[in-house]
Order: sequence, then C-alpha cells, then structure tokens
Amino acid sequence: MIEVQDLTKSYGPVTAVDHISFTVKKGEILGFLGPNGAGKTTTMRILTGYLPATGGTAKVAGFDVFNDSMEVRRRIGYLPENPPLYTDMSVATYLDFVARIKNVSSADRARRIDAALEMTNITDKRDELIKRLSRGYKQRVGLAQALVHDPDVIILDEPTVGLDPKQIIEVRKLIKGLAGSHTIILSTHILPEVSMTCDRVVIINRGKIAAVDTPENLTMQLKGGERVHLEVKAPEKPLRDLLTQVVGVRRVSVESHGTAGRVSATVEAAEGKDVRSELAARVVGAGYELYELRGVSLSLEDIFLQLTTEDPALNQSANH
Amino acid sequence: MRNCYAIYRKEMGHYFVSPLAYIVVGVFLILAGFFFSNILAVLIRQAFEASMQSMQFGGMAPIDVPSLVLRNFFGVLGSLLLFLTPMLTMGVYSEERKRGTMELLMTSPITDVEIVLGKFLASLTLFVIMLAPTALYQAYALWHADPVAPWRLLLSGYLGLLLLGGGLLAIGAFLSSLTENQLISAVLTFGVFLILWVIDFGSRGMGSDLGAVLEYLSVTRHYDDFTRGVVDTTAVIYYASLMLIGLFLTMRSLDSMRWRRA
Repeated sequence: MIEVQDLTKSYGPVTAVDHISFTVKKGEILGFLGPNGAGKTTTMRILTGYLPATGGTAKVAGFDVFNDSMEVRRRIGYLPENPPLYTDMSVATYLDFVARIKNVSSADRARRIDAALEMTNITDKRDELIKRLSRGYKQRVGLAQALVHDPDVIILDEPTVGLDPKQIIEVRKLIKGLAGSHTIILSTHILPEVSMTCDRVVIINRGKIAAVDTPENLTMQLKGGERVHLEVKAPEKPLRDLLTQVVGVRRVSVESHGTAGRVSATVEAAEGKDVRSELAARVVGAGYELYELRGVSLSLEDIFLQLTTEDPALNQSANH
Repeated sequence: MRNCYAIYRKEMGHYFVSPLAYIVVGVFLILAGFFFSNILAVLIRQAFEASMQSMQFGGMAPIDVPSLVLRNFFGVLGSLLLFLTPMLTMGVYSEERKRGTMELLMTSPITDVEIVLGKFLASLTLFVIMLAPTALYQAYALWHADPVAPWRLLLSGYLGLLLLGGGLLAIGAFLSSLTENQLISAVLTFGVFLILWVIDFGSRGMGSDLGAVLEYLSVTRHYDDFTRGVVDTTAVIYYASLMLIGLFLTMRSLDSMRWRRA
C-alpha cells in the first residue's frame, strides 16, 4: 500500500531524512518510533504531499506522492502533530468543511460525519465550538477529521499526545479497530504504544532507519541474555556468592532494601539458559526466605535506547 | 469548483463569527456616514452662498452639488479603504499558517488555485457587503437631488471602488501569505498600499518617462477617473492586472511554502 524507496529530504545542509526505505502492507499498522527531530514528521509530511522530497520515491496505493499528489491526497487521512482546527467553528461545521474539501459526496456527507463523531466518541460535542473544548477533545476532533472521508491510508503524527490515560486507551482501541480495512502509519515517542498497537515498528534516528521489525522480534533479537529478579531475606555477601555459583550465571548484582533484612538481586544468565528453578532451589536450600522470583524481559524502551543512544564515552574507549 | 465553493463558504462563515470583520465594517460605515453628511452639508452651504452671490452680482454658474458630493465622497471612500482593507486581509493566510490549518488545506485534494480563488471571492463578497449601505444613502440623497442626479457617476464610482477594492484585497492576501504574524502582515500591507498611493507624488506633472510610469502605477490616479464618471479601459486594465498579480503571487507563495521548512 505504501512503498518508500531511498527517501531523502534535506533542508539546506541539514539532512532530515536520509535514504530511508520501507513498505507497509494493506491493513497493517506501522509505528514510527524515534526521538524528537529524528525525521518522523518530515517523512509523514512527504507521504501526505505536504513537503516534496529531495530524493527517492514514495508511493501510496501505487500513486507517486509528488507526481500524483491529488490521487494520493484523496486516499489519505492525516492528523498532523498539532491538530489543524478552525477553533471558531463548531465540531460538526468543521467536519462538514473537511468532508467537502476531501471530496465526500453530498449524499454521504452527513453519514460520514456521524460515523467520524461516533468513532472518536465525540458525538455529544458536535455542536460545541472547538475553542471551548479541552485539549483531549481537540485531539479527538483532529482524529475525526482524518477519518471523515474514510481514507484507505491513515497517517497519524503522535495521535495520543495530550490525552488522559482513559482516552489514550480508547484511541489505541480505535486505531486497532481501523486496521485491516485501513493502512495506518503512526508516529510516537511513547514506547508501550508501539508494542500495544503496531504490527511493525520502524525505529528512526537522525533521519536513518535503525531497525524495522515486529515489536516481539525486536525484543527477542536484542535480548541477548535472560535476566531474573529475586527478592530474598538474606545477608548480601553470602547471597551473592551463592547465586554466582549457579551454572550459567554471568553476573549478579545485589542491593539491600533496608526493610527487614530483605535484599533484591538481579541475575544475568547466558543466552538461552533458564536458571530460574536452579536459583530457587539454591536459595531455599540455603535456608533463606524467598519472596519473589521473576524473569525480566528487555523492554522496547531498552532496545530503543540501545539503538538510538550514542554514548560518546563508549565510542572514545572503543577507538583507543 | 466545488472545492473553491467549500473554501468560500468556510471563509464567509469565518467572517460571520469574527469580531474583527464586524469592527472593520462598522468603523468603515461610521466614518463613511460621517464624511457623507459633512460633505453634503458643506457643499450645500457653499452652493447656497454661491447662488446668493450670483443673485446679487450675477454671472456665476450655479454649482452642481450632486456631482460634487459624489466626487468628494468617492474620493474619501477610496482613502478609507486604504486604511481598512489591510485589516480585512491580514489574517487570510497568516492565521491559517499560525493555526496549522494550512497543512490541512495543502494535504487535501484541492488545488492552490481553488484555495486562492475561494478566499479572494469571499473577501470580495465581504467588501461588497461593507459598501452596500453607502449605496443606500447615496441613492436616497440623489433621489431628492436638484439638478438631476448623475446616476452614471454613481455607477462608475462604485465600479471604481470595486476594482480598487479587488486590487487591494488581492495584494493584501498575498502579503498575508508571507508571514504567520497577522500584525506584521497588516503593517506590511499598509506600507505597500501607501507606497502605491503616493508613488507619483514626486514626479507629478514632470513629464518624464519615469514620471509617466510612476503615475501609471499609482492606485489613486486611476481611481480619480472613476470618481469623475470616466470609465477608462486603462484604469480597468490596471486594476485587473493588480488583482491578477496579487492572486498569482499568492499562488506562488503557497507553492513556495512547501519548499520551506514549515
């Protein structure tokens, strides 16, 4: 549905997007993940025909975003970072205007507006002036605007910004519900959002793609080893020695809580080794009280940091 | 064309709820009414005194008050527009840019021409609405005029106002598309209008080639013809080109927005 090939955008000497390529299949939800200024918004603006690319091609539904801009625009619903609202209009008037300029036929217009209001759960605000709405409602009007012409492709730039937790859950549900019949690209810097809503993730950093995969695969790939967290009532030093003796354990760190002699320990095991039962047996065998033992999987957050953080100190030591 | 109408409708709706539009139209009508009644009163007194003198000493031709009122009043209306149209056009594009709605328009399946024309026609409609009440009281005054009302003068005067207004609105809209700041846009527009107003001051009557060019460029020169009841094709072409240049530059400006970092 969306094919991006070697897309490049530079503003003078600054390259905002640097030869990125990816494809999105019909009905898929693709997440753009990256720190601020990584090129997420620029890429989306190129896809929507707002900005021309400096190099490379991008196609939406087989149409080139630059040469067949009008065809592409007809098929795209776009929510920019700041929802583009005419604040002195009522919600319904605004959606009616958007439906008109998105070429929704007059026969379908009322029905499509009702549907968009319904989907974003703002039917009760339809006659309210947009300027009187709270930030969260404004965001949802922006979302309704992107859906009103029932586009094949929906592009959402940080769709959950400014929403309260309940609204965030609603919007995520809405986005998941749209998948299948719609192709969706959304950008975010909230990591759990990607793992919760997206089928695939593109991690962008400094205009380049750092990784493309499913959220699960990314987590698997970068895990490296297993980590186990323990909560034990034991003296620090003997516990450390005990845990280190277990076969397959690479590293142990122990920290004292100060509460009733309990300590928490984090054990890193070699790849593919499940040391949990052995650890439990040892601890109990030594007569310590075991309160908690759980495997810790590397979160997307860790991966994101691994992929996008460049530690100047590390680079230095590698060079010497 | 349907898209053009959608933009037009939206703009009209915006004017309808915008306090600024009401204030500009209100101020215009108050000032216009003030000048009209004053011009009328002053000219009637002068005509009266003149006729008294001619009765005493004989010889002088009676003053054609209706024509003089119209000519003076149209002159004043023209100057008022110079001050007030920048207020009407300052937000046309700069507000869209500031609110980020330009991004909505430019990613919708509508062309730049449709955006520019829709907005221009809407501002022209507001302009006509603003002028309409003045026609009412002018017509009323002329109805009772003696000598016979110069209807031709009235029509050519309004044609002139419409052309002048169209030109100013198109140029103002273009200047508004250059910035996100309404105030900057207003000041810029006002400055450009003033320059167009006084461009031939230094060269008036000098007879040089440059003087002729500057005189042609002046918005007032051409407008004066209309207030005298003369519909000169040169003037019509001048205002038509002013409008076209304004609209064309606006389209170029929208296009260039895509190439800049927004």
